[in-house]
Amino acid sequence: MAVSTTAPSKAPAPRPAASPGRRRSRAWAQVPFYAVLLALSVAFFAPILWMISTSFKTAGDATALPPQWIPPTWSTEGYQTLLTDPQVPVLRWLANSLVAGIGHTVLVLATAALAAYALARMNFRGKNLAFGLIVSTLFVPGFVFLMPNYLIVDALDWLDSMWALIVPSAASAFGVFFLRQFFLSLPRELEEAALLDGANRWQIFRRVVVPLSLAPLSTLAVLSFLGSWNDFLWPLYVLFNPENLTLPAGLATLRNAYGTDFPAVMAGAVLASLPVLVIYAVAQRYIIAGVSRSGLKG
Amino acid sequence: MTTADLASQPVREDRAPEQTAPRARSARHGSRYAPYLFLAPFMIIFGVFVLAPAAYGVWISLHNWDFFLPSRPWVGLGNYLELFDPTALVAVQFWESMRATGLFVLFSVPFLVVIPLGLALMLNRTFPGRTFFRAVYFAPYVLGVSVIGVLWQYLLNANAGLINYHLAQLGIAEAIPWLTATPWVWVTLVGVTVWWTLGFNAVVYLAGLQGIDTTLYEAARVDGATKRHEFWHVTLPGLRPVLLFVITITILASANVFGQAYLLTGGAPSSETRTAIMYIAQTGFEQFRIGKASAMSYILALLLIGVSTLNFLLFRRQERN
Repeated sequence: MAVSTTAPSKAPAPRPAASPGRRRSRAWAQVPFYAVLLALSVAFFAPILWMISTSFKTAGDATALPPQWIPPTWSTEGYQTLLTDPQVPVLRWLANSLVAGIGHTVLVLATAALAAYALARMNFRGKNLAFGLIVSTLFVPGFVFLMPNYLIVDALDWLDSMWALIVPSAASAFGVFFLRQFFLSLPRELEEAALLDGANRWQIFRRVVVPLSLAPLSTLAVLSFLGSWNDFLWPLYVLFNPENLTLPAGLATLRNAYGTDFPAVMAGAVLASLPVLVIYAVAQRYIIAGVSRSGLKG
Repeated sequence: MTTADLASQPVREDRAPEQTAPRARSARHGSRYAPYLFLAPFMIIFGVFVLAPAAYGVWISLHNWDFFLPSRPWVGLGNYLELFDPTALVAVQFWESMRATGLFVLFSVPFLVVIPLGLALMLNRTFPGRTFFRAVYFAPYVLGVSVIGVLWQYLLNANAGLINYHLAQLGIAEAIPWLTATPWVWVTLVGVTVWWTLGFNAVVYLAGLQGIDTTLYEAARVDGATKRHEFWHVTLPGLRPVLLFVITITILASANVFGQAYLLTGGAPSSETRTAIMYIAQTGFEQFRIGKASAMSYILALLLIGVSTLNFLLFRRQERN
């Protein structure tokens, strides 16, 4: 199968034109179709709305029967509990998650883009070996690296620090593979013209290739940030001090600390989802494009 | 700005006036070291945190490696052998956890392969709102497992949860113990995972569907094929590589199950839903028996590689027929 670079939404299937009569009956035939789509949408979105709604309830209303979709009394109790309890420093967690996510993303973009460009456009000894090694790790399950990386991070004295979250996961074989595919699809002539003008490899990369690759770079950036932000197992075990946790790891603490104070727990969940939902709303097409292309490797 | 501008202008700007012809010529051929300099930053991280641990992990697994003990005696294959000794507690618990992961893969993969395909087929038609619906179905996937965990723990709470309340309204009066008793724990783990990750597979399928040559459909229609014929003889064969990809990554992802079980059931009842990754993490990070935990992760990895290879071979054989 050929690797396609067309965005999925831009390829509508050709459809034969229908006569007016047929079109009307078609429109009616669409009703059950839309009904199914809408029912599914409710199923997919209702839990998220329930989380947001609960976070604005009082503790009593959160467990009251029958459940209320709209808080009977709007309350920010849940958020206040979180922001004032020193045992659950959610703002610190939020900051930690941001630092880890941004640091990780920057490192992935910088290292993967440079490596991918070398692998796409330069000839050198060991190229096939390097590419082979990188690709061969694409399907190695990540848990194999858990124990040894824990010891390596410990040896570097990075346990319980942001470095443990930023660096090890930045070795993104997917990122290199993904960007290399894109760089290969760029017309060579542009780079050759720059080369004739006397630009060196770095200048070509910086001034020609990067500006032409903003879309795939954005895709990789968004996917990397989401991956780092949502990571759970690794931060759960490499971070110890309550001050140093990320939001996802903190949520587990929060759940234990607040148990049935559902508004507080849901407020924490809302804080942990808000950034990714906002990113999703803004950069949806980059995320979908990245995921779409991940399946077209074969 | 046209692409031609992009190509020449910025580069010229960057060139210092004193740059002379010989320098330019050497640049044309590129420095001998340039490729290695480009590759180095990635390769350093990749070497330290991917290549080195792959080998280091094997080394650790051959030792009785306790995080807090000064001596880490060599035990050869001892860690592995103990995991196959039916009288050893650690072996019993490990294979119990492997069973949990195996059951989860078995229950979740069919749903995650079939339902997203149906959804993708629906979304592959051209209709107003198509992009919107695709975005909605994908939305849960962008949330982290910890959010999913605490959210569904609340929704599935036996007494105060929304789900049991609505089931009661439908006439199921008995509160279902979603998080504490079999078989409900499995329904919970599989159901929540399907809800969470279905959109990912659907988007992958959708891209695959759009890669199928539309002339094949036209040819099928000319031949008088029904919708069902089209599906079996054009769509499915066209999706073969994508299907293989989806099945492979779904098995891998499901075998990695940790957060859902950790947060929703905590392994309950007893250790029924304690998954392999959960047990490996407990052994390594809570009891600090890192050598043993490494041995476990290699056994699981080998099994997974075996399953993936089998899957691949089955697909290739089918393709030949």
